[in-house]
Amino acid sequence: MRQLFYNQALGEALAEEMRRDKTVTLWGIDIGPYGGANGVTKGLWEEFGEARVIDTPVAELGYVGMGVGAAATGIRPVIELQFSDWITLPMEMIVNQAAKMHYMFGGILEMPLVIRAPIGGYLNAGAQHSNSFESWFAFVPGIKVVVPSTPYDAKGLLKTAIRDNNTVIFFEHKKLYGTKGEVPEEEYTIPFGEAAIRREGKDVTIVTYAYQTLRTLSVAEKLAKAGIDAEVIDLRTVKPMDETRILESVKKTHHLVVAQEIWKTCSVSSEVAALVAEQALDYLDGPIVRVTAKEAPVPFSPSLEEEVLPKEQDIYDAVLKTLGR
Amino acid sequence: MNIPREKLLMMYERMLKIREFEDRVRVLFAEGELPGFVHLYLGEEAVAVGACAPLNDDDYITSTHRGHGHIIAKGGELDRMMAELYGRATGYNKGKGGSMHIAYPKLGILGANGIVSAGIPIATGAAMSAKVRKSGQVAVCFFGDGASNEGTFHESLNIASAYSLPIVYVCENNLYAVSTRQSRVRKIEDIADRSIGYGMPGVVVDGNDVVAVYEACKEAIDRARSGAGPTLIECKTYRWRAHFEGEVDTYRPPEEVEAWIKREPIAPYEKLLVRQGIASEAELKAIKDAVIKELEEAVEFARKSPFPAPETALEDVWA
Repeated sequence: MRQLFYNQALGEALAEEMRRDKTVTLWGIDIGPYGGANGVTKGLWEEFGEARVIDTPVAELGYVGMGVGAAATGIRPVIELQFSDWITLPMEMIVNQAAKMHYMFGGILEMPLVIRAPIGGYLNAGAQHSNSFESWFAFVPGIKVVVPSTPYDAKGLLKTAIRDNNTVIFFEHKKLYGTKGEVPEEEYTIPFGEAAIRREGKDVTIVTYAYQTLRTLSVAEKLAKAGIDAEVIDLRTVKPMDETRILESVKKTHHLVVAQEIWKTCSVSSEVAALVAEQALDYLDGPIVRVTAKEAPVPFSPSLEEEVLPKEQDIYDAVLKTLGR
Repeated sequence: MNIPREKLLMMYERMLKIREFEDRVRVLFAEGELPGFVHLYLGEEAVAVGACAPLNDDDYITSTHRGHGHIIAKGGELDRMMAELYGRATGYNKGKGGSMHIAYPKLGILGANGIVSAGIPIATGAAMSAKVRKSGQVAVCFFGDGASNEGTFHESLNIASAYSLPIVYVCENNLYAVSTRQSRVRKIEDIADRSIGYGMPGVVVDGNDVVAVYEACKEAIDRARSGAGPTLIECKTYRWRAHFEGEVDTYRPPEEVEAWIKREPIAPYEKLLVRQGIASEAELKAIKDAVIKELEEAVEFARKSPFPAPETALEDVWA
């Protein structure tokens, strides 16, 4: 099977959906002739023209709000934020408008809005270019949150996002753009709310997502050498979350580690931990252990970023801890 | 005055509808029949009606927290509006939105909005949608003097003029944002002057003269529809009531309020219609009687309508 880069897989999803549905329209900064800061929209302006691949000014509140109005009136906007760090600017449009309009208006209009945004650290990019805000959006009713970890998932999930009539925030980890993976030529989509079991195991469940999935798999190999058989569950979508698979796995392994990249408080890991504590407490033979960033903005210097963001060793140690070793 | 008779009478009827509806809401609210909050449009009728009258049903508007006037001007039905204010299942939003969120996309009404200035990018998006779909539709965006200080205003007008979007921005300058007299927080007097910064025409209009509002907006709407881009229209007007019903208006001089109430838009318009032979006093009275009858029926409809069932609270989160 052919291999595509993660960013190519995303671009292919966009191209296919734009061919399939003339109302799919892209906008964002530098997505036209430039091809997007991460190369995702390369070739799309050439194929679809400036009417459907629109370069915006630096005005996130304005152009995301424009997405809300367009989504309410027959267009399917797929908006690229150059960095998810500035998703703070259009929060008003996402949280008070897009998430709520279908509900507040009694269901009389749809909001097929997709916002794509790069997340994550391990790039020495500093505090304002290394954020991951998935937990903020999972918190609000009316928003779906997608966090693909492979090119195959990126393409399949983006197609689903574009076909969804709700607001979807689609987070792409910056370290993943240059990773390669198998992507079939045939048409496929991946439904939301279905986690992927990346590695089956019987000793411990590690729930993870996005870039930490790769790091967790690497740790799982090391654990295997130590005789510990880890089951790695990649969430793929934070909202809706595949609660069934998580619970089934914990009922089998009796141990839970949650490995996420970013801060602990009120995060995705909090939600997974609460889920298991609420619905599978009796199955646990050890404490739930969460691997998260330490409580500081992501610092610039490599020695400091390494300290704040989770190390692979932290995931390994978390497994030992839950197993009581 | 080159306006068809039918249109002139429609404008009269709609201004009356707003006036009567809002005044009744004022009383109902004071008597405790309406939950939540209401922000009344009394005094500003000519702005909504003059701006909406040139529009087609499938043209878009976005409205504000003070939105009853815009919704009625765009063709909203009094009974479904009243039912929404009463929080009943028969309201436009099935009781889920209330006064500040009434919406009816079939008439292009993309919602009143509880967030000041939020309608500005949304209307801009509707205009972008019309452009991408090549539909020939236009969007009219209502917002107040306070909203024109928000970032959404700046970003949206810049985007709209850059892409020549089919939109008309109608600023209702009633001099106050809640209690803050705008001259204390904005250096320039005419908000329309901001148009220069966005490369679009800016027009100041007497917001209490429905014919003047109509003519300025029609020109801008036609311009937008032709592909020539947006216009910023500033309507000078004034709200009779405090920011919300129940607020004690300590911040506006009573003489100022009185003077503006005397300059209200409906009575001079009635005189104009009679003087120019557009309608007789009897015809105007018949229109008014019909409006009042419709309003009475709307209140009865709302009072008799059921509240939404509790189970429906969790519906409509997802499309």
